[in-house]
Amino acid sequence: MDFNDSSEEAAFRSQARDWLAAHAPAHELTPGEKIPDTEEADRGRAWMRALYEGGWSGLTFPKALGGRGLSGAEAVIFAEEEGKYHLPKGPFTSIGTGMALPVIAKHGTDAQRARFIEATLKGDLTWCQLFSEPAAGSDLAALRTKAVRADDGSGDWIVNGQKVWSSWAHLTDWGILVVRTDPTLPKHKGLTFFVVDMKTPGIETRPIRQISGASEFNETFLTDVRIPDANRIGAEGEGWACCMTVLMGERLGSGAHRSGIGPLLDYAAATPDGHGGTMLDDRAVRQQLAEALADEQGERFFQARLRTMVSKGENPGALAGMVKLAYAGRYQKTNGLALELRGLAGIAPEAGDTATGDVQYDYIYSTVMRIAGGADEVLRNQIAERVLGMPGEVRMDKDVPFETLKG
Amino acid sequence: MNFDLSDEQKMLGEQARSLLADMSSFDRLRTLIDSGVEWDEPLWRALADMGFLGAAIPEEQGGLGLGALDLGVIMEALGAANAAVPFMSSIILGAEAIRLAGSEAQKAAWLPKLASGDALATFAYAEGPGPVFATGASLAGGRLSGSKSPVADAGIADIAVVLVAGGSFALVELDQPGVTRTKLDSFDQLRPHYRLDFADAVAEAMPGAGKLDRLIDHAAVLAAFEAVGASDACLRMARDYAMERQMFGRPLAGYQAIKHKLSDVAVATELARSNAYFGGWAAESSPDDLPAAAAAARLSGIKCFELAARENLQVHGGIGYTFEANCHFYYRRERMLSVHLGNRGFWADRLLNAQPGSQVKAA
Repeated sequence: MDFNDSSEEAAFRSQARDWLAAHAPAHELTPGEKIPDTEEADRGRAWMRALYEGGWSGLTFPKALGGRGLSGAEAVIFAEEEGKYHLPKGPFTSIGTGMALPVIAKHGTDAQRARFIEATLKGDLTWCQLFSEPAAGSDLAALRTKAVRADDGSGDWIVNGQKVWSSWAHLTDWGILVVRTDPTLPKHKGLTFFVVDMKTPGIETRPIRQISGASEFNETFLTDVRIPDANRIGAEGEGWACCMTVLMGERLGSGAHRSGIGPLLDYAAATPDGHGGTMLDDRAVRQQLAEALADEQGERFFQARLRTMVSKGENPGALAGMVKLAYAGRYQKTNGLALELRGLAGIAPEAGDTATGDVQYDYIYSTVMRIAGGADEVLRNQIAERVLGMPGEVRMDKDVPFETLKG
Repeated sequence: MNFDLSDEQKMLGEQARSLLADMSSFDRLRTLIDSGVEWDEPLWRALADMGFLGAAIPEEQGGLGLGALDLGVIMEALGAANAAVPFMSSIILGAEAIRLAGSEAQKAAWLPKLASGDALATFAYAEGPGPVFATGASLAGGRLSGSKSPVADAGIADIAVVLVAGGSFALVELDQPGVTRTKLDSFDQLRPHYRLDFADAVAEAMPGAGKLDRLIDHAAVLAAFEAVGASDACLRMARDYAMERQMFGRPLAGYQAIKHKLSDVAVATELARSNAYFGGWAAESSPDDLPAAAAAARLSGIKCFELAARENLQVHGGIGYTFEANCHFYYRRERMLSVHLGNRGFWADRLLNAQPGSQVKAA
């Protein structure tokens, strides 16, 4: 066992560090500064372009497809080093590289690979995800947006329906879309996967007013949207397999958000306890923060174990969901605790108390972490079924034609 | 980075599990309790024969000179079997204290015998209710006075390393007129505890000073391995029972109330295992990281085993409350392990104290 870099890893880290030191600072955002979404997305594209030109794009992507064909361990090292800078990255960059490209690479045609992969790696194309619907979240295969062949003999598809929780759909170029093409089949079998140009007539995105006050998610309405058959990814009816490819990327990618217990220790130490000390001296606070810190370290070392498995060619499978499950719950609990230890000033801070603002935001945002990318309950089912070998859920809808289900 | 046990360590764990499967069944544990014996002596002999007792004792003193991770896989197997042997007392605490703080003569006198299983040691630290690391006992002029209680495995131990005033250790042979051993009623029926009274008992000072932190950090990592093994055993037991037990026309394991409960146990166990691995690596290769790593491993070990022991019995329902079912072994041992070496609050402080700027400031 060795927790440190091997000599090859250390050499790779040092190359990454040198390149980042020379190129990343020019692309950094100023912490705390609020810039318009359009500018953030543009700066995201510029950073992707810089990565591409420097040879740091598509690190784990096969060489034949324009990537570097490196191991997951090297990608993690680069991400660790890149994470030391405050760079314009977000769903507008990661959905393309982390979701659209894997699905196009695995299920697409050569023509589709040629058209989309390099352009995405370069930042010329950005992507959003059109999966969830108002009545299809954790039960994604219950989706109702439908596509039928145009009756003009063109082979084109006409899509109608509504998608939701599509991050940055208003500012991205293309979307990955899953729709129902055959309602006479059982729910998982009648789905087909497309890529769609977000400027196509009939696509309307409306921002969702979120509980955080921000609006990075949208509802996307599709009305008679015409998609050429050339933009179908995989065969008709292969949509669910494509979704699994995408969601696997999401699961492995989740849990990397800021969350540390370190800032909360500082926050407790900056809050008086009324007895001449600080809330970091309070036994109950210490115990809860220490247990959360132990969990945080456990998550970090667990990820190191998973990385080692990947580097040995093993598939962590549902084990990867354990980190996300542990992280999301801890994130909510500890930020809730932080607001509580602050006293009433945690609820209504004085101007300039930015630390409390951060804690409040994290407490609000933690709710979405427990839902997005595999809700707690979905992950618990997966762990029970795939890690512990317990029985699957009773599914009343699995083998009956979708059109006969109650909606 | 290669954050996994080596093939040799995995094989060592396999050997330990296989030996324990042969010799330390649940029926064997029931027999030990009913017969009132202190420990599983044949198992101890077998552990000695396999070289496990001396795994981390230096080669020049008759051991194998292996490291914390090797001890860890053995502890994990012992935890899973709920074995009735004084491995923590004699090897992890007693022998390690002598290795860390003993004189060359003390090491030469005792480590080979501890490695071979010909002698047993224990570590006497608590002095009644309250914080467990107490220093009321004192050593002066080669005479030890005061009391230690409870002390695990003191009925069978030949020697005790005693935590005394000033935080240093005294080495005392227990079979002498100045030492009175009084058996206590131990909550863990397979881990006897004693009160030790020292009335000018003949004892030796141990020259190494300031070794308590290192001793208990190392032991905390190994206690985490033990807890992980035990949690895993509880998890498998609960899963197997739920798979077999039919309820309302289908297996109990098919209900989300059970699936979600056990997946939480699995997550807690894997986080603890991850912290235990890092703790073992830090103990061997990165001593500066050990204090925080040990405290995190200890906290997450307590957490996972507490959850696993309780929910295992709960999943079993009424049968879990019977002596014939096996949940109670773990249910009792869990409480013992949660308080030996210091409880959650003690290790929470140590974890925060290892973070820059997070020491308690108020009096």
